[in-house]
Amino acid sequence: MPVRALSDRRVLAGAFGLLLVVAPLFSSNQYLIRLLVMSGINILLAMGLNLISGVTGQLSMGHAAFYGMGAYTSALLMLRLSVPFWFSALAAALVAGVFGVLLGIPTLRLRGDYLAITTVGLGEIVHLIFLNWDSVTNGPLGLPGIPAPSLMRVQLGSNLAYYYLVLVVDVLVAGSLFRLARSRVGRALIAIRDDELTAETMGIDTTRLKVTAFAFSAVLAGVAGALFASYMSFISPENFTYSESVTMLLMVVLGGMGSYWGAIAGAGILTIAPEALRVLSEWRMVVYGVALVVLMIVRPQGLFGSGFTEKKPVKKIKGKASESAELKAPVGGGD
Amino acid sequence: MFLEQLVNGLAMGSIYALITLGFTMVYGVIRLVNFAHGDVYMFAVMACVSLLASAHLPLWMTLLLAPVIAGALGVALAWSTYRHLLNAPRINMLLAAVGVAIALENLAIRLWGPQTQPFPSLWEGRAIVLGTTQISYLQIFMLVLSYGIMLALNLLVKKTKIGIAMRASAEDMTTARLMGAPVMQVVYATFAIGGVMGGVAGIQFAMYYNAAYPMMGFVPTLKAFSAAVLGGIGSIPGAMLGGLVLGLAEALGAAYISSGYRDAIAFAILILILLVRPSGVLGRSTVEKV
Repeated sequence: MPVRALSDRRVLAGAFGLLLVVAPLFSSNQYLIRLLVMSGINILLAMGLNLISGVTGQLSMGHAAFYGMGAYTSALLMLRLSVPFWFSALAAALVAGVFGVLLGIPTLRLRGDYLAITTVGLGEIVHLIFLNWDSVTNGPLGLPGIPAPSLMRVQLGSNLAYYYLVLVVDVLVAGSLFRLARSRVGRALIAIRDDELTAETMGIDTTRLKVTAFAFSAVLAGVAGALFASYMSFISPENFTYSESVTMLLMVVLGGMGSYWGAIAGAGILTIAPEALRVLSEWRMVVYGVALVVLMIVRPQGLFGSGFTEKKPVKKIKGKASESAELKAPVGGGD
Repeated sequence: MFLEQLVNGLAMGSIYALITLGFTMVYGVIRLVNFAHGDVYMFAVMACVSLLASAHLPLWMTLLLAPVIAGALGVALAWSTYRHLLNAPRINMLLAAVGVAIALENLAIRLWGPQTQPFPSLWEGRAIVLGTTQISYLQIFMLVLSYGIMLALNLLVKKTKIGIAMRASAEDMTTARLMGAPVMQVVYATFAIGGVMGGVAGIQFAMYYNAAYPMMGFVPTLKAFSAAVLGGIGSIPGAMLGGLVLGLAEALGAAYISSGYRDAIAFAILILILLVRPSGVLGRSTVEKV
């Protein structure tokens, strides 16, 4: 029975994969392909944020900063120094990663709530730098005319080409993250989220893992930024604000914090939904805010998550004494 | 010049202190970093902007009305939203507060537009002149009002029953409840007081800068966090100290170093304190029990 189930899943996965690869060839709907490309970029962002915030439990609310750093790095290298995309994207990833480490280190001692607001502050500082450092970033005017990547003299400028580029990146990243989830490191990260002190006691080097997780999530955001910059061919500080960070966070929360599939789902939903609900576009952030609140009250584990419904034992502030005496065992980490 | 900046710093510091007090009190009682703190009073101030225009409200009345609106809004949020999350993992309440903040900010943008609206001030431009320094009537008023409120808060927290209940709940919620403290009332009272003080601060802020805009609560919330951590989060004297120091640091820093990155000063202080002495100047070092 189990063997059959496994091969069933594989067939399903294979069919889905084939669909992803082949379907866009038959569609002349550029709008749809654009949406898929943006979804793909957002998936990178969401998976990165999920890794640090969902899986490792270090709430990062300045993720847009890494996104922006990657985008600006790549754009500036391409525009000012005519560096080919592949190298500028690599540089973007590196720069973002370095900042991830720099950010990770001072925040090591910080607990959830402190960490969250500190990352907001840091995100704001980075945004301020994008806005004010005119000589480099061109300030609020942004950077226009960012070239598309070219592979062996062929420009990958069309939507379709970009789609395949993003698809390849996504598959590689998702693949490595899924393997990570099942590995010792992946489980160690979950342990850090669930009970850092105990994790440390069990021999997990929490310091190194937290910094690494931060760095890796930043690298992913940096790559996403590079892809974004070349795709839109124009970036400005307004693309990398606190609202963007919150949107990314909502993607992760909606999908389920800690769930790798959840990040993908959340990114997809929150890329397509604003387009589908164009009529509400001016109220988008209000809706997001309310959605976040409602999610937290009604279904904090999102779609695929499982770790956020534990109640604190005993210490109930109001309500029946009988309920509060229950000690719920922690639910296993998300997939 | 120096004296002017000093007065400037003290005046802004007193506003920051009021905001920080509300913020730190909420943290002390329910351990929530209230992302929506600034946005609550922002909403009250923006409402006053509308009322000033449409209902020809006398300006001095906004000093009474905004606190009431902010306090009421704070309690409403506590009752509708935070109440359900008191027993959930802390991150849930934190994220809910983020959601509330985002919703309030963008709702305000929808209602009033993103642009900065002018806000009149009391005693427009009138000032005492001491040699080359000018100290405006408004600044003196701000200092007197804010410190007066802080004194009143101190009395409230030390002498009244609800105040003692607040301190008890902040120290140990479970035991306070066992001792008969009405903790839910304490929670609502904390939000109400925080809102009231925020409302007063917000109006003063609007008068001082002659401006009101939907994002006016966002950065002050971050600064309140900085100031609270500086003074020792959860500590009331710490909040007053932190707010004051922040105000002075900003005024002097902006004047003598650079005015463009003024807001960054607060974050620099925050990072410094978190690295050097996370429990703050007047805070207690909490030992993590296993």
